Amino acid sequence: MTVVTPLDFVLSLAAISVAAGVLGSLVGLGGGVVIVPVLTLLYHIDIRLAIGASIVSVIATSSGAAAAYVRERMTNLRAGMFLEIATTTGAVSGAYLTTVLPTRFLFVFFGLVLGYSSFATFRRRHADAPLAVSNDRIANYFNLHGSYFDPAEDREVAYKVTGTKLGLALMYVAGLVSALLGIGSGALKVPAMDSAMHLPMKVSSATSNFMIGVTAAASAGVYFIRGQIDPIIAAPVAAGVLLGATFGARVLGRVTSKTVRLVFVVVLVVISLEMLQKGVLP
Amino acid sequence: MTTGPEVAAADEKVRKVELAISLVLRIGVVLSVALVAAGLALMFSHHGAYVSIRGSFSYRRLTSSTTAFPHSFSALGHSIARGDGRGIVVLGVLILILTPVLRVAVGVLSFLYERDPPMVVVTLYVLLVLIGSFFLAGV
Repeated sequence: MTVVTPLDFVLSLAAISVAAGVLGSLVGLGGGVVIVPVLTLLYHIDIRLAIGASIVSVIATSSGAAAAYVRERMTNLRAGMFLEIATTTGAVSGAYLTTVLPTRFLFVFFGLVLGYSSFATFRRRHADAPLAVSNDRIANYFNLHGSYFDPAEDREVAYKVTGTKLGLALMYVAGLVSALLGIGSGALKVPAMDSAMHLPMKVSSATSNFMIGVTAAASAGVYFIRGQIDPIIAAPVAAGVLLGATFGARVLGRVTSKTVRLVFVVVLVVISLEMLQKGVLP
Repeated sequence: MTTGPEVAAADEKVRKVELAISLVLRIGVVLSVALVAAGLALMFSHHGAYVSIRGSFSYRRLTSSTTAFPHSFSALGHSIARGDGRGIVVLGVLILILTPVLRVAVGVLSFLYERDPPMVVVTLYVLLVLIGSFFLAGV
């Protein structure tokens, strides 16, 4: 026999959200990836409300982190803002799709994307030498090229951007997935930049974090008006994840130990299987 | 080709934009978290007599009787005017959602200032999509 009051609910949710934020920042995925499973599997909340709460937490973490990244000058603001054309358009399309798609599909899709994202954090990415010349007309017209300070080499590294059409297409998909599942979908944004558009790896992940908030805001607007963002769920989740992610990033830094990260990734894979199971056998 | 001093001046401009954006994001996040916390505190102080639920946990049973949270701008205005804690929480969440929108608006202004028409068009499009998302939701 359990006794639960709304206060207990809010406090327990905030505590779990702090943990989710720490976990998310350690593995390098956003907290949203853990929040939706927690809300649906543990609290039995409608997955659509869970997605609404999660997207708010994504905005909180992105705005918090981007403020720091922008000051570090790692972010390519022009490329980020340019690609937001595609991510916001994709996000609005995704927000509309959620009303059409059955919730079982959302569970299955979440399971698959979470599984992919977990493995993607471990994929060895080869760092290409920065491009010196670009024939990409769009990139040249909008002058999306940039430079960043590499502390390892102790110098400013200039790079050119290419493949903007493919980049835009991939970003549209990333925006769509972000809205459908209430996640930041950085695992899709980063490859769109470093593989398709040849941005340096560090610049890609900083720019991805910078873009995540704006992408999430596009679907959050739709979800807010539709009443899919329940403040009693969204508020403790957003505050908790933000606190956890800030703490995780500042105090613990990125966990470099492969074994620790492997443990976290196994946890995420188990969660993704749970979500899949809930979608396939409701 | 641009010369040294011109590059430095352009760098200085970019730097100012970056700092402005960073500040907007920071203020938005802090303000919204403060409002959410204050709203929750107010809510629980006014509704101390929330019923306890016995038996299996159900979010629906917990809040469905009391949750009529405002999610249109006019309902939100009325709720805040009444000093309703829930309305203040919603306002905090709304401000959080609006921080990236404001960040994009700062981008539009700074590119206008820098006389960079292609990027003005880019950021203006993103801004319109973001604002439109609030108004086209019911369509």
